[in-house]
Amino acid sequence: MVDVPFDTVAGVPPAEVGEVELYHPRSWWTRYVFSQDAKVIAIQYSITAMSIGMVALVLSWLMRLQLGFPGTFSFIDPNQYLQFITMHGMIMVIYLLTALFLGGFGNYLIPLMVGARDMVFPYVNMLSYWVYLLAVVVLASTFFVPGGPTGAGWTLYPPQAILSGTPGQDWGIILMLASLILFIIGFTMGGLNYVVTVLQARTRGMTLMRLPLTVWGIFTATVMALLAFPALFVASVMLLLDRLLGTSFFMPTLVEMGTLTKYGGGSPILFQHLFWFFGHPEVYIVALPAFGIISDLISVHARKNIFGYRMMVWAIVAIGALSFVVWAHHMYVSGMHPYFGFFFATTTLIIAVPTAIKVYNWVLTLWRGDIHLTIPMLFALAFIITFVNGGLTGLFLGNVVVDVPLSDTMFVVAHFHMVMGIAPIMAVFGGIYHWYPKVTGRMLNEALGQFHFWVSFLGAYAIFFPMHYLGLLGMPRRYHDIGETAFVPASAHDLNAFMSVAALIVGFAQLVFLFNLIWSLFKGKEAGGNPWGAASLEWQTPETPPGHGNWGKELPIVYRWAYDYSVPGIAGDFVPQNDPPAGLSAQGAHP
Amino acid sequence: MAVAIILLLVAIASVLFHIFSPWWWTPLASNWRYIDDTITLTFWITGAVFFAVVAFMAYCVFRFRHMEGRRADYNPENKKLEWWLSVGTAIGVAAMLAPGLVVWHQFVTVPADATEVEVMGQQWQWSYRLPGKDGRLGTSDARNVSSDNPMGLSPDDPAGQDDVVIQNDDLHLPLGKPVKLLLRSIDVLHDFYVPEFRAKMDMIPGSVTYYWFTPTRIGTFEVLCAELCGAAHAQMRSKVIVDEEKDYHAWLEKQRTFVELSQQRNVAKAAYKSGSE
Repeated sequence: MVDVPFDTVAGVPPAEVGEVELYHPRSWWTRYVFSQDAKVIAIQYSITAMSIGMVALVLSWLMRLQLGFPGTFSFIDPNQYLQFITMHGMIMVIYLLTALFLGGFGNYLIPLMVGARDMVFPYVNMLSYWVYLLAVVVLASTFFVPGGPTGAGWTLYPPQAILSGTPGQDWGIILMLASLILFIIGFTMGGLNYVVTVLQARTRGMTLMRLPLTVWGIFTATVMALLAFPALFVASVMLLLDRLLGTSFFMPTLVEMGTLTKYGGGSPILFQHLFWFFGHPEVYIVALPAFGIISDLISVHARKNIFGYRMMVWAIVAIGALSFVVWAHHMYVSGMHPYFGFFFATTTLIIAVPTAIKVYNWVLTLWRGDIHLTIPMLFALAFIITFVNGGLTGLFLGNVVVDVPLSDTMFVVAHFHMVMGIAPIMAVFGGIYHWYPKVTGRMLNEALGQFHFWVSFLGAYAIFFPMHYLGLLGMPRRYHDIGETAFVPASAHDLNAFMSVAALIVGFAQLVFLFNLIWSLFKGKEAGGNPWGAASLEWQTPETPPGHGNWGKELPIVYRWAYDYSVPGIAGDFVPQNDPPAGLSAQGAHP
Repeated sequence: MAVAIILLLVAIASVLFHIFSPWWWTPLASNWRYIDDTITLTFWITGAVFFAVVAFMAYCVFRFRHMEGRRADYNPENKKLEWWLSVGTAIGVAAMLAPGLVVWHQFVTVPADATEVEVMGQQWQWSYRLPGKDGRLGTSDARNVSSDNPMGLSPDDPAGQDDVVIQNDDLHLPLGKPVKLLLRSIDVLHDFYVPEFRAKMDMIPGSVTYYWFTPTRIGTFEVLCAELCGAAHAQMRSKVIVDEEKDYHAWLEKQRTFVELSQQRNVAKAAYKSGSE
């Protein structure tokens, strides 16, 4: 498989970006709490996201207890079940995954990987986190308001989201929408930062085609989020107006519990279009950073350059662009004009091609590698399996007529958990095990990591793989209890019980992971600056953890791409990006 | 080594689970065998890809695992290989999409001889309406909904007077006759879903949606709501009974029309009034 290697090593253009005057904290408060340092903000984002994620995890236990053993737990009623699924979905998709990938990984890695001292707008970056925190607090508060959180499903479809037949119609839905609006405001501040930093603050020699794929993934996802979230923003504002002021953006003439309401003239379908115009890109907003992280993990831990880097970059960009013209595949049975189905099925299946290219290039990177089965590598392998599995079932649901029997069944639940739940979370875990040494200076415990990996991966697979078949059987989603239903055999209940037990075990493994995060902070093995022998820039910082300003006196200069592993003719099995090629070493740091 | 074996076992177990799964689609009761066939085709193609990718990964993990003295190859890209893989994928995708679109075209093209049947969803029950002797359904509007007129039929529309109204009861359909279901809601989104028919479509307040099918098997089939519609979503049930032609007509004879139901109510009201006087 030897073909043209593209220009991976070259000289360095003159400085285009001058040194930035950094904000320097003067007190403990501005250093650790109201910090403007992207690394601190990243950790704040991550801790907040994982904390609210724990709430979502507990909610999933409660849901599984109800589904596995219906009627056994008197403290779960149908209303609460709907509230659990709604909050679980919303938290996981937006407040955990989006925030963790972009606010957490993005903040930490972008400046370090592109060779910047910090984000370009540190103050706005700080605001972004605090607004996000406020959004999370508002969201969490709905558990304590009269009527509880909304139970409208994470898609919040009107009319039911704001009518009295749905739990949380009082306060829950209002605070939910307010929280989403806050989240989007906070994200927009952070997102502009990430984009401008990648475009403007790269160090000398760091061309776009030398960026690690992690940065490409996060960058493209951020651009997409900046374009997609406004659709959710307006949808939230309009739904809030419908609920509070009695406008009728999404509300046709309708009857509420036998009484004619004052609503009239609105379109429920319009909300769905706005929601999914955001919602589908959202899937890739979560997936693209995962794609990037996985590419880097595989390359580093297989000691081999990522295969087909340019194709990988173009695939990310193509997926990002295509994902804006596929949204209505979530609406095949929504009652929109049926001819839309032809268009959206075609665009949806086209997106499979660049996605498949990424998968091929990951496994081809393994080919003739020197595969170290470290914990990050194991998570990367698990990511590929779960992502391929979930991606392939996407070909069922994307193919309009196949979607008809499967939509709104457990097949859909299994599909999206596999593809945008389990797979991205495998990437999150892999990323945390990989970069934790850089963030803290210590390694995570290996034995606990092995336990965490195997239980999480095999357990999650055991939950969601069989779930597809319940959907194929016809079991609808969002039922707290399927009850006596003629076509559902008794064995389906046993399968549900099995999945619930698996879910509890997988949940327990996450507690072990949290313990590992805290324990290793104090007792973990000292990592040194570059424990994995990685070539990308974040591992070449003068200090570990990197100090304020990241790079000491002078910014690094980049001479090559991020994937110079096992280069023929060079003794070590990697060459750092800032290592000057032989003969070019005279080209100094002072232009 | 162990890792490679486990990865391979995951792939094998998935395939075996698929083959021996006791959980499979319900026996078909409509003309949509094409949908089942498209799913089967998709299973074959995606199953092969899944197994190939995971098996290849397992092989790589086994064959190229780190050992003393191993050094990875250096091969940034291979355009030819990448193009071949892209083209192969595109062909596989087209092989699923093309039949899918053909069947979708059938799904959205209602035969001219299909009988119209209206299904109305409301929190949390189903009602049905069949055209009367004139073969036409009268108009309806959520504004007309009242306890006397729960389906909101227009009281002045002559076409609606003889419509057969079925409330709190099962729907019967004749075997082998194409049906076009007109789907309507008066409050929130619902979705009329009978797993054995394979078809489903949301019902939206303010619009009328539809789908069509031909019942191909006699029996009683459970109706579920497939679009979250509030607290009692899971309890929103009904039944569809597919009958032989003569049983169907026998059933139809016993049903009441809109005008009969209104008169009956008026009589009941008058009786109640006179009784109280």
